[in-house]
Amino acid sequence: MLSYAIRRLLGAIPTLFIIITLAFFMMRIAPGGPFDSQRRLPPEIEQNVKAAYNLDKPVYQQYFIYLGKLAHGDLGPSYKNKDFSVNEMIADGLPVSARLGLAAIFLAVLVGLVMGTVAALRQNRASDYSVMFIAMIGITIPTFVMAPILTLVFGVYGVSLFGYDISLPVGGWNGGALRNMILPVIVLALPQIAVIARLTRGSMVEVLHSNYVRTARAKGLSSVQVVLRHALRAAVLPLVSYLGPAIAGILTGSLVVEQIFGIPGIGRYFVQGALNRDYTLVLGVLIYYATFVILLNLLADVLYAILDPRVRYAR
Amino acid sequence: MPQPILEVADLNVTFTTPDGMVHAVRDANFHIDESECLGVVGESGSGKSQLFLATIGLLAANGKASGSVKYRGREILNLSQPRLNKLRGSKITMIFQDPLTSLTPHMTVGAQIIESLRTHSGLPYGVAEKRAMEVLELVRIPEAARRMRQFPHELSGGMRQRVMIAMATACGPDLLIADEPTTALDVTVQAQILEIMRDLKTELKTAIVLVSHDMGVIAGIADRVQVMRNGDIVEAGPIDDIFYRPRHDYTKMLLDAMPRVDNPDRKGHASPAPTAKPEVLLNVDDLKVYFPVRGKGIFSKTKPLRAVDGVSFTLHQGETLGIVGESGCGKSTLARTVLTLLPKTHGTVVWMTRDLSQISESDQRRLRKELQIVFQDPLASLDPRMTIGESIAEPLKTLERDLSRDAIKSRVRDIMNQVGLEPGWINRYPHEFSGGQNQRVGIARAMVVKPKLVICDEAVSALDVSIQAQIIDLIVKLQADSGMSMIFISHDLSVVRQISHRVMVLYLGRVVEFADRETIYKDARHPYTKALISAVPIPDPKAERAKKRVRLSGDLPSPLDSRAQLSFLKSKLIDDFDAEQYRPKLIEVAPGHLVAEHDPV
Amino acid sequence: MSITADRTGELVSRALDVKGRSLWEDARRRLFRNRAAVVSIITLGAIALMAVFGPLFLAYSYDYIDYSVVSCAPDWWPDPSVLCNAGGSHWFGTDSVGRDLLVRTLYGARVSLAVGLIATLVSLIIGVAYGATAGYLGGRIDELMMRFVDVLYSIPYIFLVIILMVIFNRNFFLLFVAIGAVEWLTMSRIVRGQTLSIKQKEFIEAARASGVNGFGIITRHIVPNVFGPVIVYVTLTVPASILAESFLSFLGLGIQEPLTSWGVLISEGANQMETAPWMLIFPALFMAITLFCFNFIGDGLRDALDPKDR
Repeated sequence: MLSYAIRRLLGAIPTLFIIITLAFFMMRIAPGGPFDSQRRLPPEIEQNVKAAYNLDKPVYQQYFIYLGKLAHGDLGPSYKNKDFSVNEMIADGLPVSARLGLAAIFLAVLVGLVMGTVAALRQNRASDYSVMFIAMIGITIPTFVMAPILTLVFGVYGVSLFGYDISLPVGGWNGGALRNMILPVIVLALPQIAVIARLTRGSMVEVLHSNYVRTARAKGLSSVQVVLRHALRAAVLPLVSYLGPAIAGILTGSLVVEQIFGIPGIGRYFVQGALNRDYTLVLGVLIYYATFVILLNLLADVLYAILDPRVRYAR
Repeated sequence: MPQPILEVADLNVTFTTPDGMVHAVRDANFHIDESECLGVVGESGSGKSQLFLATIGLLAANGKASGSVKYRGREILNLSQPRLNKLRGSKITMIFQDPLTSLTPHMTVGAQIIESLRTHSGLPYGVAEKRAMEVLELVRIPEAARRMRQFPHELSGGMRQRVMIAMATACGPDLLIADEPTTALDVTVQAQILEIMRDLKTELKTAIVLVSHDMGVIAGIADRVQVMRNGDIVEAGPIDDIFYRPRHDYTKMLLDAMPRVDNPDRKGHASPAPTAKPEVLLNVDDLKVYFPVRGKGIFSKTKPLRAVDGVSFTLHQGETLGIVGESGCGKSTLARTVLTLLPKTHGTVVWMTRDLSQISESDQRRLRKELQIVFQDPLASLDPRMTIGESIAEPLKTLERDLSRDAIKSRVRDIMNQVGLEPGWINRYPHEFSGGQNQRVGIARAMVVKPKLVICDEAVSALDVSIQAQIIDLIVKLQADSGMSMIFISHDLSVVRQISHRVMVLYLGRVVEFADRETIYKDARHPYTKALISAVPIPDPKAERAKKRVRLSGDLPSPLDSRAQLSFLKSKLIDDFDAEQYRPKLIEVAPGHLVAEHDPV
Repeated sequence: MSITADRTGELVSRALDVKGRSLWEDARRRLFRNRAAVVSIITLGAIALMAVFGPLFLAYSYDYIDYSVVSCAPDWWPDPSVLCNAGGSHWFGTDSVGRDLLVRTLYGARVSLAVGLIATLVSLIIGVAYGATAGYLGGRIDELMMRFVDVLYSIPYIFLVIILMVIFNRNFFLLFVAIGAVEWLTMSRIVRGQTLSIKQKEFIEAARASGVNGFGIITRHIVPNVFGPVIVYVTLTVPASILAESFLSFLGLGIQEPLTSWGVLISEGANQMETAPWMLIFPALFMAITLFCFNFIGDGLRDALDPKDR
């Protein structure tokens, strides 16, 4: 088991390396530099500025300088916000995005799993169809449409549920207050809830028809025992495989959600950096995202091996 | 008269499918007494499995059962699931055909048995654990304590089925329903499992229902038999009546269709045609086929899997060579290597004086006209998107390029006629036909180029018994008509013996015995051959019960374990998984009769 | 002569031949029994027709600016408290510079559908070629090729696309290629998986035993059998591509002025949501319905082609 995990870890390092290299050179290939849109500076000052940022050296040399700095954990200065280094900016925004993202994935897995299981157990009946319909909505309506709609309903107009007036803040982070987190987390989680529900339902239906579930029933176990002890663990496996793409989806969604709700996370920095050609900022955020996704994929693989003894000794 | 354990009256089982209502079981009436064994025989579609799934309430959601099923006088048909759960697994238990998929993959074997015990008897964990080990020993699993902690995929097929039996008998049931329990197992393993079931019946006095398509299996253990066909019970009675005095035509047909290892030349069935020509067509010399297999762990070397480990034989014109062996013996690999579909590691294959590995690729492809193969699974060996006409025509289009389209069409129709297919079906698709008809298509495809050698790789193993007999007769007739040679590969010694001139027995990639069809049975020398012969079930209760049993202990060993080859020559064994072992030699004990060295029995 | 007799015989037998029922016909029959799928096909067809021919019959062009009817609701709008009503034939109202929303929505349909289809085509071509090669060749080459796909998979695709769009300065044609170049990853995985599983089937071995060479096996046996799942995935990739385009346009990286797409319209509408909700509702509705239709069709195809259900 340990050797399996180590092998996967060793395989992940080259992946990260390739991503960094790809992104670095892609940004450099782009025409135009970070200082083009500002006023034209006198040539000598421009030279100095460029030298200070190492922009006058040949590209491959810049690459190695960057890697060197990276090894020390230094992501470099932000080209646009000259008062801050990339590290500082990320340190600012990362906790915010992390809270948002983790809350979203937690919600998505929980709700999706329950919905999918219920739909599978009541296959082809009313609850199955309604669950799947909700899932369909979650998949087809994009975040940037859902966000304004929900904001309209719950924020601007307000809604009365069970005698309580629900009026949620339309935007702002407010230091992560619960009321401010509700809407963005739901909007972020919704598409993943939909996919997870469908995935779980399909997988659970298949497992419930398998031979070993038939044996479990032939042994005289109650339905609850059959589902919880025999079916659930196997049905969850495709979900574990999907965790990586799920996180990727949430990261993607966060770009929009942070923008719409005015949340000071690192997603905003990425978009800004891309539009402004702030190389170091974009690269810095990308590295964090990529590392996170890779680590999570690794965790998902290990979790899969824990759940399914059959893969433990395979390659 | 003591009350019967199970009494079934007017049982009907129907299924609602998108294609309409399917009547799986019609008006079934029978009973099962204490400690007796009821054999239920039928081919696919007979309803034999659905019948018993319905009695214990395990029908699929779209199935409905009506009638009466009484357990010890109590009506249990369509009882609520919670109440059925009290009976299932404790008083009435069921085991199924495929032990790999029938055991939960993520629970240890021990946990699954203990679960059964604790659900029904409320025993504390420690006591249940001990009892679980006892049952494992009852089904002859050595090292029970270690096995309890293993997962199903870590055990062999035979052991898994034993675990299922252990799980089913742990709570002391009155009735054990076994649905094709040995169909997925090798013949020698099957014999072990059947013996365990026989012993359980005598020791524990459990009543057993054995559902099978194999009348030989039934003959060895049943007291009474009922024969099912298309949902009806067509005949029922004590075992001697059914086997020696069958009344219904279907029963007679089934008995007649089964090949018998002790009587290969029955009237009305194909026998190998006498051959006069001694001309040698195929000469295989010391053929070895090794596959590199990666070991476990991070830094592991690759070990060779010796699929074929030094096999030599010759084949004459018009002759049928039978190759017999169980899983892992290398028979399929051998077939494909002779046809150059797989690369060889060592040795030579000489076809009509041409060394097949020395000729160019395009020559090899042209030689395919003379060397053809029929596969095991009729549906899987046909491209589902091509009509059967196109499938049969494909070798013609590739290997006889100068034929016009009309000529191809007429050759296809000709061969369809010869194999018993309506030429008008030429535009139909494989999924519209039955297994037997699809196998005829496979045979037509092999024969349409008029080959000189056809290899049949388990060509009849996937077919129902009655269809199997027809296909065997067809193959032999085609061979006699065209004078071609044949290599017939099977795990079923009775079929092989029936149609081969000479028989070769393979074990883990090596030849252990090689003789003509009479000698291989009457004068078998090697212990493996003897075990194989003794394991083949004979559809004749007296003969089956009088048979001298030669048993192999344990399961088929892994081909990666070098000690496995010397299981019959333990005197020369080095007890190390990876050691380079002594190679037993093939000794000619009589002209034309080769036997591998073995310890005296 | 005997030749003519043979010919006649051949013609007669051909006349008596039973027509077979291919798997495609079975699938087609099952698909048309699926009501949701049929309704979706009709709806999608209607939207496509409207997108292509609609603007020809409308009074306004998509870039006609009219400051006299800025942000006006359509005449039939139920809320009487809106600031102005557009009048005329502005059935969907007007946007913040007085352009007709109906025509812009239909134009947006053209662009979004075009992007969806072309991007999907790009991903289909690349994905099928890559996946089939990897699957067929197998072994080391397959491992290497799939490793590459895995690497690219680790990056949330949008980041790649954003970087690409920034590099090439929001080039319109590149949008198609960029989105397609990201969707091909999953397509290649599916094609490779299918190729691998088909490669192991016995009928491939039978074809080799019949002397068919590699090329023949790929074209005659592998491709027709891989087709099914690929078609299903194509119908699911189109909506994904449309979503991707709207996502980019929302962020400002996609379709640029004066062209419009649903993503652009929704982005503008979201900004004006509180004062002019019709600017958001109509394009959002159209997009949602289109995506729904593709999904229903995709699901229907998947059920229709599933060989388990025979």
